[in-house]
Amino acid sequence: MSFLSRLQANAIGWVLPILVIAGWEAASRAGVMPANVLPAPSAVAEAFWRLTLSGELIRNIGVSTARALAGFAVGGSIGFALGLANGLSRLSRGLTDTTLQMIRNIPHLALIPLVILWFGIDEEAKLFLVALGVFFPIYVNTLLGIQSVDPQLVEMGRVYGMDRRALFFRVILPGALPAIFVGLRYSLGIMWLTLIVAETISASSGLGYMAMQAREFLLIDVVVLSILIYALLGKLADSLARLLERLSLGWHPAFQNG
Amino acid sequence: MPAASLTAVRSFVEAPAPVRPAISAEGRRAFAFKGVGKRFGDETVLDGIDLDVPAGQFVAVIGKSGCGKSTLLRLLAGLDRPTSGSLTLGAEEQGHSRTRFMFQEPRLLPWASVVKNVEVGLTGIASGTDARRRALDILGEVGLPDRADEWPSVLSGGQKQRVALARALVGHPQILALDEPLGALDALTRIEMQQLLERIWLAQKFTAVLVTHDVAEAVALADRVVVISEGKIALDLDVPVARPRRRGSAELARLEGTILDRLFG
Ligand SMILES: Nc1ncnc2c1ncn2[C@@H]1O[C@H](COP(=O)(O)OP(=O)(O)OP(=O)(O)O)[C@@H](O)[C@H]1O
Ligand SMILES: [Mg+2]
Repeated sequence: MSFLSRLQANAIGWVLPILVIAGWEAASRAGVMPANVLPAPSAVAEAFWRLTLSGELIRNIGVSTARALAGFAVGGSIGFALGLANGLSRLSRGLTDTTLQMIRNIPHLALIPLVILWFGIDEEAKLFLVALGVFFPIYVNTLLGIQSVDPQLVEMGRVYGMDRRALFFRVILPGALPAIFVGLRYSLGIMWLTLIVAETISASSGLGYMAMQAREFLLIDVVVLSILIYALLGKLADSLARLLERLSLGWHPAFQNG
Repeated sequence: MPAASLTAVRSFVEAPAPVRPAISAEGRRAFAFKGVGKRFGDETVLDGIDLDVPAGQFVAVIGKSGCGKSTLLRLLAGLDRPTSGSLTLGAEEQGHSRTRFMFQEPRLLPWASVVKNVEVGLTGIASGTDARRRALDILGEVGLPDRADEWPSVLSGGQKQRVALARALVGHPQILALDEPLGALDALTRIEMQQLLERIWLAQKFTAVLVTHDVAEAVALADRVVVISEGKIALDLDVPVARPRRRGSAELARLEGTILDRLFG
């Protein structure tokens, strides 16, 4: 597809949100939508401007993003490493997989009371929850990806004299990559979700905290603003993951006409 | 086929100078199976196979499905070990490193360009620009000089098998084992590939062992046809027909008849 037609395809996706916002603004101005239920988009934009000027918004976004990334780095790398180990070694899988599958069945947000008891409202609490939430999608999909690599290709690699290292980097890892990306995108969603919940319940900074503070002072425009910013950050993370996917899976037929 | 033509074949085979050189003075040996047997659990797949193949010979292996043809090739390529008997490789075939295997499926890496796939055949032999140059050369020989930087997924089935052939040949193997590599191709592409294979074999003079279901293909390409049945060699037939061979000629048809008789007789 040419650049222009791609732009057009993307533009189509924006038509609906813009119409919704325009309709919402009109409804608020006409008084159909009371401001204490849902503030007008212009009011939200004003809140945005106000908080940007005071520096509060940037600071909270920074805090939340740092938390999300730290938790993601910890949980993601442990999940990736364990997924690789269990995909490549029968022994490692035998030792750990059953245990991990049991833990996986506990919704990680159910651990919040326990986590608060352990860590209070410190940074560790958020880090722990995000890391735990991110861990499983990455682990499960990395393992699945490696197990689904075509054994015929692996045999071909052996016949052509690849050593274990070459076999891993040229056959197994590229073959597992599509599944790993599925895990990555899924875990990014979980990452924001976990962070919102954790920050809403126990925090003294961050976007979730900002929203809870605003609720206490009935600043509904700030509440809506926080929600919108969460949505934007989630979308941004997903777009980045898709870009990475597109760059590294260029060989995949699914990405050749996108 | 009537008995008359069988006798005709026999006299034809015996009359001219033997095509299969006695493996002694000048003729080097590529490999030899001596009383090789292979069992999987209780099932005996191969039983006392004796097969002595001089270097440079083109051998076709035919047999009904499940008779152990792939097993024989896997033993030859060192992918499996015999449960009894022994397999010796000629002096220059040093281990299995110079044995190449071409599978029924192309088995190309979808995430590597065509030329990178061919370079897989140079693992441990060459790397970098040298590998790329050699891979490009051989791609020219199989008729795909301008597809080097494309993804395998955009190639047709026949083109993929050409790439697989290039990958098998690029390291200049001593022995090339082919497990029904053309089985999945349409009839026209198949004939084209047979001609390509013959041309490259004539130029490079490696030892070729081709497993096939297609008796016509076997007699068109091979110096020698081996029929396997119930784990044993049921027929070991020379094909003393000069090249280039004309498909459908009376000579080839007679040989084909002999083989079919043995398979279904
Ligand atoms: N790894 C294995 N474990 C158990 N049995 C096997 C194994 N490999 C092959 N066999 C058995 O050995 C027999 C011969 O198999 P092989 O693949 O060599 O047949 P083939 O002659 O190549 O058949 P086809 O023409 O259908 O490819 C079959 O009965 C098969 O089930
Ligand atoms: Mg087979």
